[in-house]
Amino acid sequence: MATPTPREISTEPRRSDKVFRSVVTAGGLSSLVILGLIALFLGYRGFEVLRQEGIGFITHADWSITTDDAGNVTESHFGLSAMLVGTIMCALVAVVIALPISVFSALFLNFYAPGWLKKFLVAIIDMMAAFPSILFGIWGFLVLMPSVEYWAKLIHRYLGWIPLFDLQVPVFTRSPFVAGVVLAIMIIPIITSVSREVFSQAPLDRIQAAYALGATRWAMIKAVVIPHGRSGVIGGAMLGLGRAMGETVAVFTVLNIVFQINWHVLLGVGGNVASLIILKFGDASPYEIKALMAAGLVLFLLTLVVNAGANAIVKRTGKSGR
Amino acid sequence: MSTTVQPTKPWKASTQDRLIDFSIFAGSLLASYLIVEVTPMKGKLALFAVFFLVYMFLTAALKGLQRGNAAAKDALVNSLVAIGAIVTVIPIGSILFTVLQKGLPGIKPSIFTHDMSMATPTDPLTNGGLLHAITGTLTLVALALVMSVPIGILTALYLTEIKGRFIGPIRFLVQAMSGVPSIVAGLFILSAILYPITKSYSGFMGALALTILMIPTIARTSEEVLNLIPNDLREAGVALGGTQWRTVAMIVLPAAKSGLITAVILGVARIAGETAPILLLTGGGDRVNPNAFNGPMGSLPYYIWKSFNAGSPEAITRAWAGLLVLVGLVLILFTSARYLGSRKGAK
Repeated sequence: MATPTPREISTEPRRSDKVFRSVVTAGGLSSLVILGLIALFLGYRGFEVLRQEGIGFITHADWSITTDDAGNVTESHFGLSAMLVGTIMCALVAVVIALPISVFSALFLNFYAPGWLKKFLVAIIDMMAAFPSILFGIWGFLVLMPSVEYWAKLIHRYLGWIPLFDLQVPVFTRSPFVAGVVLAIMIIPIITSVSREVFSQAPLDRIQAAYALGATRWAMIKAVVIPHGRSGVIGGAMLGLGRAMGETVAVFTVLNIVFQINWHVLLGVGGNVASLIILKFGDASPYEIKALMAAGLVLFLLTLVVNAGANAIVKRTGKSGR
Repeated sequence: MSTTVQPTKPWKASTQDRLIDFSIFAGSLLASYLIVEVTPMKGKLALFAVFFLVYMFLTAALKGLQRGNAAAKDALVNSLVAIGAIVTVIPIGSILFTVLQKGLPGIKPSIFTHDMSMATPTDPLTNGGLLHAITGTLTLVALALVMSVPIGILTALYLTEIKGRFIGPIRFLVQAMSGVPSIVAGLFILSAILYPITKSYSGFMGALALTILMIPTIARTSEEVLNLIPNDLREAGVALGGTQWRTVAMIVLPAAKSGLITAVILGVARIAGETAPILLLTGGGDRVNPNAFNGPMGSLPYYIWKSFNAGSPEAITRAWAGLLVLVGLVLILFTSARYLGSRKGAK
């Protein structure tokens, strides 16, 4: 009797699985491809302008182009510094306003609100994060701006001795401060939900230990929740910063875009890279479009760096936030 | 029969406590009103601020007297935390209220049956409507869905099922992609496809940009959903002799169906009102255009933007009506996502 030959056992996946795995991997790599293509194409289109302007593209503040009658470019100066300063300033104002409010409301949601209220508030705050930015822009322009200008006047009157709030010319309309407040309202939901998630991961045993030792709620939060969630909250704030920097329409509607570096938060002169693109796109010549592409590249890299930093920080608290 | 003794609950607020709380509330309201009347500070802001400060101070002082320093601090933080939540909610309320108040006068049955091909934004409201904008937005969203859902779900499957070598970088890149400003996505399509290849505005270009913005939302939410599917199901599938492909297609994906639908709806809500890339890419036509690949295509954000910039009272009312329709759309999408999401949790 012949011994049956042993069955061949293989760990080689079947062909259908090979196809499946390669398709899924290809899909997974699409984000890499898309991000790479974005950088590549914006760089390629903007290359001419970037080479022409050199480092001046991010250090100069004037944006002008003159063409002769035939439409040839005779002279052009493209500098983004005023817009970059404006972008960073609006975003910083937004984060400075939004951060404390978001942290307090995240604490409220996690440790103070009764169950039904928490559910309701979480639903509407998440919903607010999905509101279109044009809504914030128009609402900010028509409803919020008069109040914010009034607040700006109050700040100027009582805190004007601080150089940041100082003004030579009292023009309060459409200032970076107004844009910052609108952006703050847009990013509060984002920072709140990241903070809420981070706070809810605070170890329960330590929370109960703190209560068992007789801590008040605030003492417990100070001793357990805040040390645990600090870096997550900072990461959330940076995510908000990234969103605020890339915001286009909402800023464009409320901000007075002027090509002039302005460090005074309350003065009605500002800028924003994204709004610049919308402002100049309509009647831009082909050469100016290239400059706008280069500006887009700068904005893309800026938000990429901020977001990468934010994600790295959020991840340090354990599970990454939303 | 024995009578049960009701347990005492010393932590519960007694009638006296409630009375004191209420009188503090009423007292600080009164005080703030008086202060605003007497001093030169005027307006709602002052009333609000003074009321809050007085209330904070009174509760903290009371708790401090009753139970000492730590309790006073606790009471102070109580008020601060509550104010944080209130300040977060006020803008939402104000936005919804304003949109309803200003948008409703512009909502007439006729605007859903007409487009703007025979009207300008400054015309009276009886002329024209936003039919082209609604159909345009729906077309854009549908096209973006067709492109982004496969890619988004494949990315999520890679992260949860394949768990290959690139899992770290891909997770990072998806996060980074969700931070790409919408205008950059628009510029990218402009530079990569519109200028070199098609050379004309069309709805499809806008849908491509929206796809870029939608992929990360779908991928991240789907990843979370797929992570919730118990591993037992996958092991059962493999133990029955299924290949990985069959296991994923027949077991994992059906089990995650409602969660995946939630992910898709959240993605749609994210892009439905996206404005910046639409302004760059679609050209914003004024008539109903069923062909997304040819000719300019209107959409709600473009319509709102154009009407808002026209500036006359009629045009502004048009913009608000458009916003109301857009917000209604986002609300419906969001509520259905919530509903499906909560059903998944109950299962």
